[in-house]
Amino acid sequence: MTSTNPTLDLAGGASAPPAGPRPARRSSARAAETRRKWYEIIGLTTPAVIVYVMFVLVPMGFAFYYSLFRWRGVGPPTDYVGFDNYVLAFQDPIFIDALRNNAIIVFGSLLIQGPIALGVALLLNRNFRGRTLFRLLAFVPYVLAEVTVGIMWKLLLSDAGTVNAMLESLGLGSLVQAWLADLDIVIWTMLAVLTWKYVGFAIILLLAGLSNVPQELNEAAAIDGASWWQIQRHVTLPLLGPTIRIWMFLSMIGSLQVFDVIWVTSVPAVRSLGASATMATYMVDNGFFARLWGYGNAVAVILFAISFVAAVLFQRFLLRRDIEGAITRRAN
Amino acid sequence: MAIKRRATTFLALSMTTALLVAGCGGGGEDEAPAESELYKNPVTLTWWHNASQDGPGKTYWEKVAKDFSALHPTVTIEIEGIETNQLQRTRLPAALLSNDPPDIFQAWGGGEIREQVEADYLKDITDQVKDEVANIGSAVEIWQVDGKQYGLPYRMGIEGIWYNKDLFQQAGITAPPTTFDELNDAVTKLKAINVIPIAVGAGDKWPAAHWWYNFALRACSVETLRKASLENVFDDQCFVKAGQDLKAFIDTEPFQPNFIATPGQNDPTSANGLLANGKAAMELMGDWNKGTLDTVTEDQEALNKFIGWFPVPAITGSAGDPKAALGGGDGFACAKNAPAECVEFLKYIVSPEVQKGYAETGTGLPVAKGAEDGVKDPALKSILEATTSATYVQLWLDTAFGSTVGNAMNDAIVAIFAGNGTPEQVVEAMKAAARK
Repeated sequence: MTSTNPTLDLAGGASAPPAGPRPARRSSARAAETRRKWYEIIGLTTPAVIVYVMFVLVPMGFAFYYSLFRWRGVGPPTDYVGFDNYVLAFQDPIFIDALRNNAIIVFGSLLIQGPIALGVALLLNRNFRGRTLFRLLAFVPYVLAEVTVGIMWKLLLSDAGTVNAMLESLGLGSLVQAWLADLDIVIWTMLAVLTWKYVGFAIILLLAGLSNVPQELNEAAAIDGASWWQIQRHVTLPLLGPTIRIWMFLSMIGSLQVFDVIWVTSVPAVRSLGASATMATYMVDNGFFARLWGYGNAVAVILFAISFVAAVLFQRFLLRRDIEGAITRRAN
Repeated sequence: MAIKRRATTFLALSMTTALLVAGCGGGGEDEAPAESELYKNPVTLTWWHNASQDGPGKTYWEKVAKDFSALHPTVTIEIEGIETNQLQRTRLPAALLSNDPPDIFQAWGGGEIREQVEADYLKDITDQVKDEVANIGSAVEIWQVDGKQYGLPYRMGIEGIWYNKDLFQQAGITAPPTTFDELNDAVTKLKAINVIPIAVGAGDKWPAAHWWYNFALRACSVETLRKASLENVFDDQCFVKAGQDLKAFIDTEPFQPNFIATPGQNDPTSANGLLANGKAAMELMGDWNKGTLDTVTEDQEALNKFIGWFPVPAITGSAGDPKAALGGGDGFACAKNAPAECVEFLKYIVSPEVQKGYAETGTGLPVAKGAEDGVKDPALKSILEATTSATYVQLWLDTAFGSTVGNAMNDAIVAIFAGNGTPEQVVEAMKAAARK
């Protein structure tokens, strides 16, 4: 509203007498137009803004406030300790383990899922019989509920489970492992389960990106004598850049906040020893199970800060080209 | 009040009736009806318990609520069954922080009830429940804070070792072990016939931690344990001794391989499943174990035949009382501002007839005298006898010390099981957590 008022005053006040009626009417029409636009903006965004403020910003503020207290969730928080909870977190070797595990999952997901998804997407983008079926199969794990996936893998990977039995019958008995019990292996097991679960999402995103690559460019390249591989490398891949970067962004944020699959697949003891803990499981284990509500909130704020910084850096350096258009247009 | 009423009407459009009812119930808070006004005005009690899964436990509570309403038509009871972890860790603490807690809810006693009393959440029921306290006996102490009663138990039992009589016979073990030396002997004999001597659900942490609790119970005097529960002081060397004894015991390899990832109960790969299906010979567990074994067994009849129970063996020459036992129970407490009918309902729950009916469900051991006849299962009967004859019942240490110390203690004990923790680190972790 404030931005429309000055325009109104200028039109109706000082400039009216010399300029005559016509421009005044036109500018008041424009003002009405502006006002209508603002009503639209306010009317359409208010519900979303209210929900966002109530359920995102306000709880975030509370989380930060509570994180400054030594508070076990009984009675209101009174024992103010400043940033002690944050110091405690970084002194806890299990939290450091959780940070390391999150890093493994972030980079592991990018390095493993990326190439797999790209390869499969390029393959599924070609015409062959049963393409739809393969697309569907690639996407199925992503559609399954996290808890279902967790319980399924927990049973498959148990000592007497299917995975070990299959290795045994394939004559690969030497590869049989305590997938969920060996503290050195369990985080890689988790990474494998997460890859299985989320690679379908990357494939679908990349397939959508591929459908936006104009067929003419491929044909033009083919006429110029480029091989299928050369076309993929020099035409398709560069045009797929924005999609790949968006997928990397989503994958990174998801990996930092990963909770449910790990919570269900990996037992409490293995988590509490740090072998499979992530920041999010560490937060719940400490916040609710050890009933350290102030401390749990501090961990939540750290998790938020890390995700936020990672998101901002990613946008600043890797997504800049993709969002440039939107921002520059407005600035001009 | 006008504002409150209007707000209630508004919210009722989108929220559950529970909220509406609580809003109306709020009106009675200020007046605090005298004893003589009992059952004069219609009240609604909200009741949160942890029998969330369909089964005899849940069905029985529904019957109890219905029967009570039939006896006292002014009382309506609204039940919500919530899974234990969710109830204890999130739902209940959050509800108690708000102005709208349930009227009567699950209470586990020990360190937790002490914190709740300090926050002024609970109704002091000392004067109203004198008869019930006398009838239940010393078990009620777990729901006391500074000599005042804040809740009453409906289930209580000590833990011991559940074992497979057939496997014991095959291994040539003639009588259940009464000392740890005999237990070690039994372990050797069971290994010789190629069965897992003892199943432990270390994956869930607490089933492993209970082994340490029992070593602590044997190593520490009752006085030391009382002081530790009340003041969170863990300076006595006996707590280190407990860890050393545990480490020595783990080194004899009595447990199944990769126990660190074995869950405690609820699925066939769990420690429960190993015992229930004849793969393991023993498991340390509480009185509820019969019910959980039933859910994972492949052959119910065989299980009923082979399952037996004996108390945790004594350690020769240790400082603790050999007849002391670890135990725990479930109870209910009333919120500070709950109507007076809440206490009447609580008294009804622990009355001998209702307790007898509870015992008949087989989900746990009753606490009230006069309900013993309801216990039919032979294994449960032997626990009931052992509970009555125990000289001292120490509450589960993680419940007694409160969630914060309890959780840190369990984590550190699990580290000993995993081979990367020391007995000293358990005590250090407990002390550090007490300061958090």
